[in-house]
Amino acid sequence: MKKTLSLILVMLMMLFSFPTFAEDISLNAIFMKQAGYSEDDVLAMTQAFTESTGIQVNPTFVAYEELAPKILTASASGGYDVILGDCIWPAQFAKAGLVLDVTDRLGEVDLDDIYQGALDATKYEGKYYGMPWLNDVKYMFVNMELLKQAGIEEAPTTWDQLIEDAKACKEQGICEYPIVGCYAQAECLICDYTCIAGSFGGAFVDENNQPTLDSAENIAALDFMAQTLKDGLCNPKSLEMIEDDVLSTFASGSAVFAINWTYQYASMNDEAQSSVVGQGIITPIPGTDKAQSATVNGGMPLMITSGCKHPDEAWEYMLFLASREMQARYCANALPIWKSLYTDPQVIETAGAEVVAASQIQFDYIVNRPMVPYYNELSTAMQSEIQLVLLGQKTAQEALTGLQATALELADR
Amino acid sequence: MELKREEERYGYFLITPSMIVVFGVIIIPIITTLVYSFVNIDPLSSHNGEFAGLSFYRKALTSSEFWADLGRTLYFTAASTAIETIFGLMIALLLNEDFPGVKFLRSIIIIPWAIPTVVNGSLWKLMLNGEYGVINALLMRMHLIDAYQSWLGNPKTAMLCIVIADAWKMTPLAVIFFLAALQGIDRTRYEAAMVDGAGAFRRFTTITLPALRPTIMVIIVMRTVEKFKAFDIFYLMTRGGPANSTKTLMYDTYLQAFTNLNYSEASTLAYLIVLVVVLMTLGYIRLMRREDS
Repeated sequence: MKKTLSLILVMLMMLFSFPTFAEDISLNAIFMKQAGYSEDDVLAMTQAFTESTGIQVNPTFVAYEELAPKILTASASGGYDVILGDCIWPAQFAKAGLVLDVTDRLGEVDLDDIYQGALDATKYEGKYYGMPWLNDVKYMFVNMELLKQAGIEEAPTTWDQLIEDAKACKEQGICEYPIVGCYAQAECLICDYTCIAGSFGGAFVDENNQPTLDSAENIAALDFMAQTLKDGLCNPKSLEMIEDDVLSTFASGSAVFAINWTYQYASMNDEAQSSVVGQGIITPIPGTDKAQSATVNGGMPLMITSGCKHPDEAWEYMLFLASREMQARYCANALPIWKSLYTDPQVIETAGAEVVAASQIQFDYIVNRPMVPYYNELSTAMQSEIQLVLLGQKTAQEALTGLQATALELADR
Repeated sequence: MELKREEERYGYFLITPSMIVVFGVIIIPIITTLVYSFVNIDPLSSHNGEFAGLSFYRKALTSSEFWADLGRTLYFTAASTAIETIFGLMIALLLNEDFPGVKFLRSIIIIPWAIPTVVNGSLWKLMLNGEYGVINALLMRMHLIDAYQSWLGNPKTAMLCIVIADAWKMTPLAVIFFLAALQGIDRTRYEAAMVDGAGAFRRFTTITLPALRPTIMVIIVMRTVEKFKAFDIFYLMTRGGPANSTKTLMYDTYLQAFTNLNYSEASTLAYLIVLVVVLMTLGYIRLMRREDS
């Protein structure tokens, strides 16, 4: 009996004393299957990483709305090593101790060559909590074919001009609802409102992260959104639409103007998905006399969870996915984080010269949603209140005054 | 003696896996959730980990949002259960008759119930789509509407749409219950009533309905409790929108836990849901006892 026990003990010691090779390491990663890199792109990048390092990675793909719940429920058991997070999450995740501080690791990265918007998406209280990866902002998509039918040759550069163009399209019976927005009770509503409020000169927090929701600019922007619905210029079904619905409405030729992420460009020019191939253009979001344009930061960094047992390998994987080589190869659905790649002929050809040109202007007008730990709770409150305004059940002033009080209360929690 | 002890040990060995499951996924989470409702478990708060007493319960019960959520939950529960019970009974009465093809109808009636809620929710969302939904097309053809409507984007119709989607899926369950009960009723009672000159409606109110009363009670109790806890159909179809018009207590619990990381408020709401369900169940039990006596 003693002999057997000793033998088992020796065997166990031998087993645990073996060094761990890269081939033995397996990482779990979670991504979203919505805007940005496609599932196939991520799988191809991951396969290339495994082939070059021997490190196995098991990627999981979920819809954007399921990303945070999946990450949070798995955090207690250390389910994922690498997570893709929205730019509004690092503050919350960092404060809750769910992700690792990678400020030191970022020292080896050429940060000067990364767009500020993508970098900001990883930052909270001066520290970095991820590697910038998905560099995305919203743009204005215009169906020029429909616009030309109304006798208009140029895409609008101001909201006033856009309203005039929309009225012309509606009055001439070219399009019943020329504008479409993703105004469902979801984060996409806040993204659209951020763009429009920004172009009216508004912001949700000041430079000290103090709430400024009830500013005159924010009120004017919300009034503007509600008015487009009231005037029948904006599709009333926008209140149940998220990004994919906006894309399909635009791609079916039922809208002249739509705000959406970069991925719409490839989809609206794909014959399998669109009946308006070659008719639409991508252009910066219009502005007002307060701001020439504004867009929302949709950057999404890759982060290492605090429960990750192989942070070095996880970091290596993140660097690989965000490398110039990978970003240049898979830029059809998401533009690179690296400034130097925007002159690369391969990138210009794959992403489209029009997309690259629009991004060069739009990147100068990025507005961040509040990067505060309580953002998600504030966003939930904003979504329902903004919808009440869009439905005509509340005034913008009432809704934003109430939201300002909510934001102050949350900031003090 | 030795044999008995060995048997005892073997018995413990056999129940160990189920004990681990019961404690791991039921007992411990129930206790943890209860503890969380009295202690501030909010990683974003400066009071994280502090004992909070009944403050979360006080906060919930004094908030207008809680009562609005409760109202919407009760509306969904009552409307959906009523539709299921009434339509379930009507369909069961039809399927209890003898006509060609009844066996085929009885077998296909189960299909909606067999469809997973995820599929059901997505299916109804597509059918109700304001841009290309088949329901809009159908209503337009029937000249009941003059333009496509945003059923899920309108606070007045969104909850009703979810009620219909849920009732469509779950009515077959009520049909099966009623059909089983109907087939247990002695046919000679109907024959005797017909001899006495009782019409179809009279036979229904004096024979069928009293015989079905226990089944109706069981369906109402079972479905009420289930519907009060419904979450998936709301998550799939509206996510609480538009303008919170479909936000129920269960959905708010999810938001508090997985969006706001406010585990204590979520735990408190979860226990308040349990409390309401327990109260409703006790009420039903009392009603059933009164019926029996």
